[in-house]
Amino acid sequence: MCLAIPARIEELTTPGNAIVNLGGVRKEISLALVDDAGVGDYVIVHVGYALQKLDQEEAERTLEMFAEMGQLDELREEMTGGAA
Amino acid sequence: MKYVDEFRDGELAGNISANIAREADPKRDYRLMEFCGGHTHAISRYGIADLLPGNVRMIHGPGCPVCVLPIGRVDQAIRLAREQGVILCTYADTVRVPASDNLSLMRAKAGGADVRMIYSTQDALKVARDNPGREVVFLAIGFETTTPPTAVAVRQAAAEGLKNFSILCDHVLTPAAMHAILAVEGGVSLDGFVGPAHVSTVIGSKPYEPFADDYGKPVVIAGFEPLDVMQAILMLVRQVNDGRAEVENEFTRAVTREGNLKAQELVAEVFELRDMFEWRGLGSVPNSALKLRPRYAAFDAELKFRVGYVEVPDNKACECAAILRGQKRPQECKIFGTVCTPENPVGSCMVSSEGACAAHYSYGRFRETV
Ligand code: SF4
Repeated sequence: MCLAIPARIEELTTPGNAIVNLGGVRKEISLALVDDAGVGDYVIVHVGYALQKLDQEEAERTLEMFAEMGQLDELREEMTGGAA
Repeated sequence: MKYVDEFRDGELAGNISANIAREADPKRDYRLMEFCGGHTHAISRYGIADLLPGNVRMIHGPGCPVCVLPIGRVDQAIRLAREQGVILCTYADTVRVPASDNLSLMRAKAGGADVRMIYSTQDALKVARDNPGREVVFLAIGFETTTPPTAVAVRQAAAEGLKNFSILCDHVLTPAAMHAILAVEGGVSLDGFVGPAHVSTVIGSKPYEPFADDYGKPVVIAGFEPLDVMQAILMLVRQVNDGRAEVENEFTRAVTREGNLKAQELVAEVFELRDMFEWRGLGSVPNSALKLRPRYAAFDAELKFRVGYVEVPDNKACECAAILRGQKRPQECKIFGTVCTPENPVGSCMVSSEGACAAHYSYGRFRETV
């Protein structure tokens, strides 16, 4: 029930509602719980409501963190003499 | 899919896994609880346990909303639907939770009760508008993620003057359950928590600070994707190694310290604390659940109909209670996978894909580790 994925707002419909694209499926959701979400924003959707806007810059930062200080990187560096 | 696929990348998973293996001290154990059922699901589905060293152990927590609902609460909904002729609306997972007399909402429906599965509280309002001559009750369950949508619906019903709509309120609170887990006598020893994803988008990271400050337990809030969970585990391992107990946030793309204030205000306007609420596994926990404020009493099904709560013990063979407390694992239940399966659940943990037993049945059963 709590499983949900980020969805992109494709179009604003009646006031307070929007159509999102959930992995190819278009669905109408309520924006009653978020302020100023617009077309192109990604939102976390849960039981038909956007719970929060997704901060796209923070998403990039988190992805960078996953690659940080990796043992694999260090190994690779050792093997290539730091030229990687 | 954007913001999904990147967070499931296999090579990065290998990277984080190598970091955990390198940094986890082989001389000690790391016992980490993932509170939320969404994380339980991700850990099972992506085989995250296999990517962790043997001394880093994940313990499932009670954060699966249908799992913690005691039988007596489901009974109330069934009684409303069968004896009072209401249209009972609820989320899909809830209808399969085993209740008294070998019933569930689904079986009640098969027996003629008007039970409807809905996706959103907006659907429940629509059912009420479309059936003005009938009483419509929404069985409202869930943690802080489903509470704001219920609050929106109740406010809308009040604004529209929808007199045939009410809710059976079983909304529960995450921090209260975490307190209860730590307070269980002879309970599990834990070195830290993976904090919930969506719940935290609403409540923020601030409510977890007492667990770090007062209990000395590190908390790292994590997103739902497998890499999020692994990174949070790495962050917890680092905190434990450094002797730190802090609230850290891995899910910064959706969680702030303050959370979603608009949602919090709505909830505070519509709901207030219940003195006492019985949880499956945790027993009666003070201030751990919500009820409607007096000004919305007209929408409270417990006041509108005669459906007092009656405590009912779990099935004797079922170990859900111990599993929800983190004291047992699904495979330790004698009827796991034999008598009790997702098709025919005996306990609530086998119902939803977020339940520890269902997650383990679907993804982990052939892997039996010690
Ligand atoms: S396997 Fe079934 S009966 Fe056993 S603990 Fe899990 S849900 Fe309960």
